[in-house]
Amino acid sequence: MSVSRFWRKIPQRYNLIGTQCTTCGRYFFPPRSFCPECRRDGEIVDYQFKGDGEIVTYTVIRSASDQFENTTPYVLAIVRLDEGADLTAQVVCTPEEARIGMRVRSVFRRIAADGESGVIHYGTKFVPAE
Amino acid sequence: MRDVAVIGIGCTQFGEHWSTSFRNLFVEAGALALEDAGVTGEQIDALYVGNMSAGRFVEQEHIGALIADYAGLASNHIPSTRVEAACASGGLAFRQAVISVASGMEDIVVAAGVEKMTDVGTGASVDTLAGAADREWEGFAGATFPGLYAMIANDYMHRYSLTREQLAQVAVKNHANGAKNPIAQFRQQITVDTVLKSSLVADPLRLFDCSPITDGAAAVVVVPLERAREFTDTPVRVLASAQASDTIALHDRREISTLDATVAAGRRAFQQAGIEHRDIDMLEVHDCFTIAEICAIEDLGFCAKGEAGKLTEEGVTALHGDIPVNTSGGLKACGHPVGATGIKQIYEIVKQIRGEATGRQVDAEIGMAHNVGGTGATVAVHILGGC
Repeated sequence: MSVSRFWRKIPQRYNLIGTQCTTCGRYFFPPRSFCPECRRDGEIVDYQFKGDGEIVTYTVIRSASDQFENTTPYVLAIVRLDEGADLTAQVVCTPEEARIGMRVRSVFRRIAADGESGVIHYGTKFVPAE
Repeated sequence: MRDVAVIGIGCTQFGEHWSTSFRNLFVEAGALALEDAGVTGEQIDALYVGNMSAGRFVEQEHIGALIADYAGLASNHIPSTRVEAACASGGLAFRQAVISVASGMEDIVVAAGVEKMTDVGTGASVDTLAGAADREWEGFAGATFPGLYAMIANDYMHRYSLTREQLAQVAVKNHANGAKNPIAQFRQQITVDTVLKSSLVADPLRLFDCSPITDGAAAVVVVPLERAREFTDTPVRVLASAQASDTIALHDRREISTLDATVAAGRRAFQQAGIEHRDIDMLEVHDCFTIAEICAIEDLGFCAKGEAGKLTEEGVTALHGDIPVNTSGGLKACGHPVGATGIKQIYEIVKQIRGEATGRQVDAEIGMAHNVGGTGATVAVHILGGC
């Protein structure tokens, strides 16, 4: 991922800044600038998610792309934030600990790096909160 | 709108073609299709080629012109268009050809698909395929393609009844069919034990739940039905051509283990063809992973949600079962050169309807092809029938 492409999403990736459509009340993470319900009538504002949620589904990645190969195995999940937005993120726990319905909360973590001399990507992961 | 028929088909061997280039794969499939159709290059009005990622696999873009050129058609200056929708690129290329002929715009049209995946290593290949999902918000977090389908499998197993053995039976069945298909990448039978003892890729999916990395190309020739008999005694009619889209990311779906785009495209196809499920004699579905075949059978409406595992276990979807699914061996055993897969499905259905599927022939008058892009963000469904 190029430096600018990563850099422009830093608030979203570091601090879970998503969006909300104030017309219908729906929350979006990943952020959307256009509400699929209200379309052009939607009024979109930034929203910082509280970071609490639960696992909708998960897997344990054992074979990854080159960027993630040295961190396998890792738990990857779809997390439903309490505000009602779903996102894909890693959960910092053992494969045995992970389960559907598990409560989790967001933490700031190193995600990957672009090779040995490339940019280090930081972002949001989740940890068990039970 | 005019009725459309397939008059010729061609497909390369699917597998690891170390000594064959991207362009030569296409040329081989195209030449086979033209020969089968009895059409000369000069008669072709247009070319549509499905290709997911030549840019990343062989560092080549501008595929439309490239293949028209190496097919010897540069001096004819025919329109040649690349179509991309990840693993559904082939299905969409076929649909574009059908639309073009149905509209009356063009008469003799080639629809093709090609992918050359083995020129890069496995890591690069996995990374390229992850581009079929949401790069910024799935791939960034470490999602791989098998990982996304594994999350579908876990959601499915949480909601419905499906045993690990039933899931493995999908691969066992498809290998049994692939063993009878001369173009298949894998021609050996496997057992449930082979699947369960293979290494974990993304829990609960194991290596033998996954379709392989494959090189290959396929091509078909379509013409207006009213002209089909000028070329062949065995035209196969396109009864329906449907397509649907959904959210790019799996996490934004209404329900993780139901592909709503499959449901929508399937319904539209049945409506267009004016037929019922019981009229379909065989299915080629998009089994990029074993769980994908389970979801496809249900989402196309051949059984209720949660029942496809049992149907598979009971042999209903086996070669001589009530609804043969993936007689070609599917993506699992026949191989999955992503851009070519959708055209290979059409190839297999035409083979079956013509009665040319030696060794794996089923009683087929009407067949359905189901081609998925990404985790279900694009779906193409076609119904073909003899005439």
